[in-house]
Amino acid sequence: MRKRRTLSLMQKRNYKGIVFILPWLLGFLFFFTVPMIESIRFSFHELTATSNEGYSLRFIGLDNFRHALLVHASFNRTLTESILNMVINVPLILFFSMFAATLLNQSFHGRTLARAIFFLPVIIATGAISAAEVSNSLNAMVAGATEEGGAFESIGILRSIELERILVEAGVSDTIIGYLTGAVNRIFEIVTNSGVQILIFLAGLQSVPRTMYEVAKIEGATSYEAFWKITFPMISPLILTNIIYTIIDSFTDNPLTELLMTTAFSQLNFGLSAAMAWMYTAVIGIILIIVGVLVSRKVFYNN
Amino acid sequence: MVSEASSISRDGSNIASEADRIAQYEAHIRQQDLIFVDRVKRFLWIIVRACLVIGISFIILYPILMKISSALKDWDDLYNPMVVWLPEHVTMENFRMAYKVLNYVPTLTNSFLLSAVTMVTTVLSCALAGYGFARFNFKGNNLLFALVILTILVPTQTLMVPLYMHFRYFDPLGLISLFNGGKSLNLVNTYAPTIMLSLTANGLKAGLFVYIFRQFFRGLPKEVEEAAIIDGAGVYQTFFRVMLPNAVPAIVTVMLFSFVWQFNDVFYSSMFMSQSKLISLALSTIGGSTAKIVNDQLGQQEGAVVDPAIIQTVVDAGILLAIVPLIILYVFVQRWFVESVERTGIVG
Repeated sequence: MRKRRTLSLMQKRNYKGIVFILPWLLGFLFFFTVPMIESIRFSFHELTATSNEGYSLRFIGLDNFRHALLVHASFNRTLTESILNMVINVPLILFFSMFAATLLNQSFHGRTLARAIFFLPVIIATGAISAAEVSNSLNAMVAGATEEGGAFESIGILRSIELERILVEAGVSDTIIGYLTGAVNRIFEIVTNSGVQILIFLAGLQSVPRTMYEVAKIEGATSYEAFWKITFPMISPLILTNIIYTIIDSFTDNPLTELLMTTAFSQLNFGLSAAMAWMYTAVIGIILIIVGVLVSRKVFYNN
Repeated sequence: MVSEASSISRDGSNIASEADRIAQYEAHIRQQDLIFVDRVKRFLWIIVRACLVIGISFIILYPILMKISSALKDWDDLYNPMVVWLPEHVTMENFRMAYKVLNYVPTLTNSFLLSAVTMVTTVLSCALAGYGFARFNFKGNNLLFALVILTILVPTQTLMVPLYMHFRYFDPLGLISLFNGGKSLNLVNTYAPTIMLSLTANGLKAGLFVYIFRQFFRGLPKEVEEAAIIDGAGVYQTFFRVMLPNAVPAIVTVMLFSFVWQFNDVFYSSMFMSQSKLISLALSTIGGSTAKIVNDQLGQQEGAVVDPAIIQTVVDAGILLAIVPLIILYVFVQRWFVESVERTGIVG
C-alpha cells in the first residue's frame, strides 16, 4: 500500500486560491486566448462570409502580411506616424504630469479646485465626445466649408486657427508655422492625456516620508537638491508605471487603430486587419520590453 | 566693565568694540536683506505658481467654456461678427433640440444602469481575482499573473474581430448547438457580451483593476488573515468579512474608474450594442440625427446639406447634456480620488 502524502493546511489553503481566480481564468480562456489564437489564424487566411451564418477561410500564408507592408497604401505610413507620435508624447506627458503633480502638492488657496480641474479630462474628454466632434467636422468638411469667418469661430476642437492666421499674415515661413502650431496643438493633447498620470504622481509624492526632507534641510540642502536627491528617486518606480500606462493608453485612439477598424468593418477584410493588428502588437511589445528593461535598471527601490 | 570700555573708546584707544558694534550692525542689515529677498522670492513664486495653475486650468476648461457659449447661441448669432463669446440672444432651443435628438432621459437612465451593473460585477470579479493572486501560492500563480499583464498590453483592436465573431455565433464548446438544433446564439445587440465580459474580469481595462487589487491585498498585513484563520473562518468568510471591508480604497478607485470608462465607452458599445440606447452611442451619431431633424423641419429633402455651424450648436448642447451627470457625480466623489489611489498601495 502506498502512503499518500497529505497536504499541509497551508498547502490545502493555497489550492483554494484557484477558486478565487476561476472567474478570471474562464474569461481569460474564452474571451482572450481563444480570440487571440483565432486572430492569429485569421491573419494567415482570407475570410469570406458564407451564406449559412458562418464564414469560410482560405489559407493564403503570409500574403496578408506582405500585402500590408508592401502593397497597402497607408499602413506603413500610419504605423510610423502612430509610433512617432507616441514616442514624442510619452516623455512630454511624463514631464508635464510630474511638474503638475509637484505644483498640486504644495498648499495654496484653491488647491482642491485645481486638482479637480486637472483631473477633469479623464472624466470628460473621452471617446464619446471626440466621436461627436469628429462626426460634425467631417460634416463641415463635406459641406465644403473652407472659408474662415464668424460662423466657424465656434467649431469645436481647440485648434490654433487664430495663431495660424496671425502668423501667415505676418509673413512667417510655412515650416515655422507648421512647427509652432503643431507644438501648440500638442500642448492641448498632452494636457488632456495626463490626468491619470498626475493622479499617480501626486499619490506618490504624498507617500514620500516628510522626515527625509527635514533631515535634508537640517543638513543644508537647497530645494533643488532635495528634489533631485530625495523626491526623484523615491518616485522612480512610479515613473516606470506611468510610462507603461501612457504607452498603453495611446493604443485606444490613434490613426492606426482607426485604420484597423475601417479595414475590418468597412472593407470587411478581416484577415488583413488581423495581420496589421498583430504587426502593430509586435512592434508595441518590442518597444515596451525595451523601455521596461532600460527604465527598471535606473529605478531605485526603497527596500 | 562695559561702561569703562565704552568710556575708553571715546579717547579712540579701544577701537575693537566700536568695530564690533559696526560689524554687528552690518550683520543685522544683511540679515534683514536676506529676509527681504526671501520674502520677495516667495512672493514671486506665488505669482508664478498662480499663473501656471490658472494657465493650465484654462487650457483644460477652454473647450467646455466654448461649448457652453456655443450651446447658448441663437442661430442668428452664429453669423454675427460681433458675437464671439457672449451670445446676443441667449436661447435654450439648442438644449431642447439636443434633448429630443438624444432621447435624453431614457438613454441616460439606460447608460447609468448598464454602467452601474458593470461596475458592481467588475469590482466583484476583479477583487476575487486580485485576492487569489495576492494571497494564495498555488502553482502557476506568477505565470497566470503575467498573463493578466498580457491582457493589459495587447491592444483591444487586435482581438476585436474574433471577439465579435465569438459573440455573433456564440457557441462555447459546441454546447449550444446541441440544444438549439445546430444553430448558435446571436448575442450581438444584447447586453450579454458586456455583462459576461465584466463578470469574468475581462472587460474594459479589467487587467488594470486586477493589478490594483493585487497590489492592495499584498499590502495588507498577513496578521489579519492569520487571526481570521485562527478564529476559524474559512477562506470565503475571510474574504468577504475581513479582507473586503479593509479594501475600501481599492474598491472606491476601481468603482470610479470602471463606471466612468463604461459610461463613456464607444468602442465596445458600438461593437456589441449598437442598437441599444446608450448615451455614448447617441452622442457619436448626434450630428447626423440633428441634420435629419432640421431638414424635416425646414421641409427640405432628405440628405440636403445643413449648415454645419448650426449643427455644431446642437452637438455642443448635446455634449454638455451628456457631460453634466458625470460632472455632478465627479464633484461629489472627487476628494476620494487622490486619497484612495494613494492608499491602494499602487504607490509603493
